[in-house]
Amino acid sequence: MNENNIVIETKDLTKRFGHFTAVDHITFNVHEGEIFGFLGANGAGKTTAMKMLCGLSKPTSGSGKVAGYDIGKQSELVKRNIGYMSQKFSLYEDLKVWENIRLFAGIYGMKDKDIAIKTEELLSRLGFESERNTLVKSLPLGWKQKLSFSVSIFHEPKIVFLDEPTGGVDPATRRQFWELIYQAADRGITVFVTTHYMDEAEYCNRVSIMVDGVIEALDSPVNLKKQFGVNGMEDVFYKLARKAKRGE
Amino acid sequence: MIKYLIEKEFKQILRDSFLPRLIIGYPIIMMLVLPWAANLEIKNINLSVVDNNHSQYSRQLVQKAVSSGYFRLTDISYSYDEAIKSIEKGDADVIMEIPANFEQDLVKQGNAKLLITANTVNGTKGGLSSSYLSNIVMDFTTDIKDKWVQPVKAASITPTIKIVTQNRFNPHLDYKVFMIPALMVILLTVLCGFLPALNIVSEKEKGTIEQINVTPVSKLSFIVAKLIPYWIIGFLVLTICFGLAALVYGITPTGHLITIYFCAILYVLAISGFGLVISNNSETMQQAMFVMFFFMMVLILLSGLFTPINSMPQWAQTITIFNPLKYFIQVMRAVYLKGSGIMELGKQIFALTLFVVFFNSWAIISYRKKS
Amino acid sequence: MKQFLSFIRKEFYHISRDKRTILILLGMPIVQIVIFGFAITTEVKDVRVAVFDPSKDEVTQKIIEKLDANEYMNVVSVIDHPEDVESVFREGKADIAIVFNQHFSENFLHTGDASVQLITDGTDPNTATILTGYVTNILSSVQQEISGQSKASFSITPEVKLLYNPGMKGVYNFVPGVMGLILMLICAMMTSISIVREKETGTMEVLLVSPVKPIYIILAKAIPYLVLSAINLITILLLSVYVLGVPIAGSLTLLFAVSLLFILVSLALGLLISTITKTQVAAMLASGMVLMLPVIFFSGMIYPTENMPVVLQWISNIIPAKWYIICVKKIMIEGLDISFVLKEIGILSVMAITLVVISLKKFNDRLE
Repeated sequence: MNENNIVIETKDLTKRFGHFTAVDHITFNVHEGEIFGFLGANGAGKTTAMKMLCGLSKPTSGSGKVAGYDIGKQSELVKRNIGYMSQKFSLYEDLKVWENIRLFAGIYGMKDKDIAIKTEELLSRLGFESERNTLVKSLPLGWKQKLSFSVSIFHEPKIVFLDEPTGGVDPATRRQFWELIYQAADRGITVFVTTHYMDEAEYCNRVSIMVDGVIEALDSPVNLKKQFGVNGMEDVFYKLARKAKRGE
Repeated sequence: MIKYLIEKEFKQILRDSFLPRLIIGYPIIMMLVLPWAANLEIKNINLSVVDNNHSQYSRQLVQKAVSSGYFRLTDISYSYDEAIKSIEKGDADVIMEIPANFEQDLVKQGNAKLLITANTVNGTKGGLSSSYLSNIVMDFTTDIKDKWVQPVKAASITPTIKIVTQNRFNPHLDYKVFMIPALMVILLTVLCGFLPALNIVSEKEKGTIEQINVTPVSKLSFIVAKLIPYWIIGFLVLTICFGLAALVYGITPTGHLITIYFCAILYVLAISGFGLVISNNSETMQQAMFVMFFFMMVLILLSGLFTPINSMPQWAQTITIFNPLKYFIQVMRAVYLKGSGIMELGKQIFALTLFVVFFNSWAIISYRKKS
Repeated sequence: MKQFLSFIRKEFYHISRDKRTILILLGMPIVQIVIFGFAITTEVKDVRVAVFDPSKDEVTQKIIEKLDANEYMNVVSVIDHPEDVESVFREGKADIAIVFNQHFSENFLHTGDASVQLITDGTDPNTATILTGYVTNILSSVQQEISGQSKASFSITPEVKLLYNPGMKGVYNFVPGVMGLILMLICAMMTSISIVREKETGTMEVLLVSPVKPIYIILAKAIPYLVLSAINLITILLLSVYVLGVPIAGSLTLLFAVSLLFILVSLALGLLISTITKTQVAAMLASGMVLMLPVIFFSGMIYPTENMPVVLQWISNIIPAKWYIICVKKIMIEGLDISFVLKEIGILSVMAITLVVISLKKFNDRLE
């Protein structure tokens, strides 16, 4: 992790839908190589904020930079340097495993030869060789999830954005998934992940906690626990979230 | 980059369980079946006769009507009321009532009356039935006049105009020749209009579109990659139709197929572009389908396929100026029947090109990667 | 019962929230009626006539004048060579060409042997026939004027009576067709899509584990579309009577009753489609393309079924819309009472029962 290199920064980033302010003037930085947890209850504004960072949504006010490019004015340049994985693990269900890899790798500008080589590597690393020709819709959930993640970092982007990547998956699979995240971080890829699983918060370098559109806390899990005088991240979250007016 | 997208589109279409069969099967079925149905000629009119005269003349008249080929004698009723019941039941379309004094009146006074009653719920049919029958009666008059009346001395020659009719391009006035090129247009429109419309919306519904939006894929690439498969499908469908038209109906184009293919390129691009515009602006597949269906219906009705554009009121004719189908149908019919070439179709080609540019620009602009 | 009502309410919410579809569902009949009522006509107007006149004498001039004076026709071009006729047609500049021979008046008055060639653009057979008729009429009337012939001394005069629709308005034929089409569209297509969507999204399972019997779930889905259809039916009838001037000659109650029967058939058809298809797309394509086009072509709505080969006439007998359209014509336009539509009602009832039984059975099978 390189603390001197800031890959994501925002200043008073805001998103309003009519009278409703989903994201309210958030300001924060993320360092290169960091595993940054973006926490919050459902409805807190996490996904909205992430969509702005990825260039999927236009900020109402405020500014942000991802990989050095402005998210409002240079979103297409931002997209060249990031990877993304959504809650739905959006791969094409009617395409085979290798076809999905090839599609997205090609979109990010990789050459056919490189794609072929890396695909082999990936399939063997994940133990997917026998599933190379399986349609994604036939894969079990945990495999889809791993594949989705691998596709999102296949082109070695600077940053990868993960939106609730472990929803609906059993704890053992989740832990395997986080192994993959660690490996990616070790290679220098910054990981920006939203989640509402508090135990996953412990795996991050730093976390921020959003409540009602505002970042109420931002620090390493160790410091946060000390700050709130509790033993686990759930308790940190609970103390903050009690104030929340939105969400479930 | 676009090559990967195009690969994906093709694979998805081919792998779908329903689509490939639809693309091949639908045109075949429609081409084989519809031309037999789409026929506005009026034939086999059900005639009910009430003959109160029972004379040689009346019988000859009825004979003449039946042998004309337009009519089918369904019954001979004893009274007019009975015949009316026939119409009400739907068994008869037109009644000819010959009065009791028919023959006597003709021989003694030189003129007689009779009654033709037509069911005009179908206005065209009713009108045509009664005029066919009236014409037959006129003919009959001439027939018996020649036999019975002394020919006037040859001194005075009544000036007559002899009329010779010739129907160009479709000498036998075969309705199929008129309909089949137009049917091809419909098939092309339905397949190349509906399918792209559903395409983008289905990606929206599944969520894969978000994954694309987050990549550096440009709007242009995305749209073009979606269009190209439909372009190719369009050609495939058209070729199948040409083949069937020739094999099954013996209808081959008088002009060059190249002209049609060229205009078809433009037309399919225009229609697919329109489909994509609808897709971009719909949230669910049902919405897309409905909007498309609505426009398709209006465009097909106001295209000159079923009824001539010249017969429409001014406001409708103005609307047809903005209807791509109209121009392509004109092209199809002109090339198939009249042998028109690209030179003569300048106006249509120009209009189609405008549509291509308009719809596809709109499709690209309305596709938003960012909301 | 309360559960049933809450299901119905849920279905209404679904529908009312999709504004665009509702707009189209309610607006489509209006647009169709307007188009069918005013724009779709086989009347031939604005005929463009091209003339080749080598004689240029009084008779030909008289004929040309009379043609031009006719409200439906316009002499748009004068050709110099008879061969130009082809290109005039190919460029789409004229619909009919009149070719006189030389010394026309002379021949006409003295040898009785003037001849005229009428060349039509035969692309559209009906138009060609009608045009030929128009011009022939004009030629005959000129002939009669000049020769001053009095009424033929030997004639049979037919008195022509046109029943139900003396104005021969095409509209009378179309309105019942539009009714059949719209009702079929809404009931079959919408119901099938609605059911399949629940299957696709998985919410069907949630409904099925509730204490409400499956039959009520289906009914709850059908009822809003029934209401929509009723609204559309009323709209169409109002438009027909007040905007198009098509009267309702028979019993309104009977009309509604028959329509209800047809709606039932269409709903059952929609249910059947929903049991066969797995995805919304398939349901839509099945009801949209597979159902719609045959109805338009084979129900007798636009193209008369009598002209079709026997095989196709058999097919048209299976299409419920055909029988419904016949009923509507008889009741609405001919003003007949129920005894004349017994056959059609019978057929529709049989279809309704058969479809309902089959589709319910298939639906229950699918659940297992």
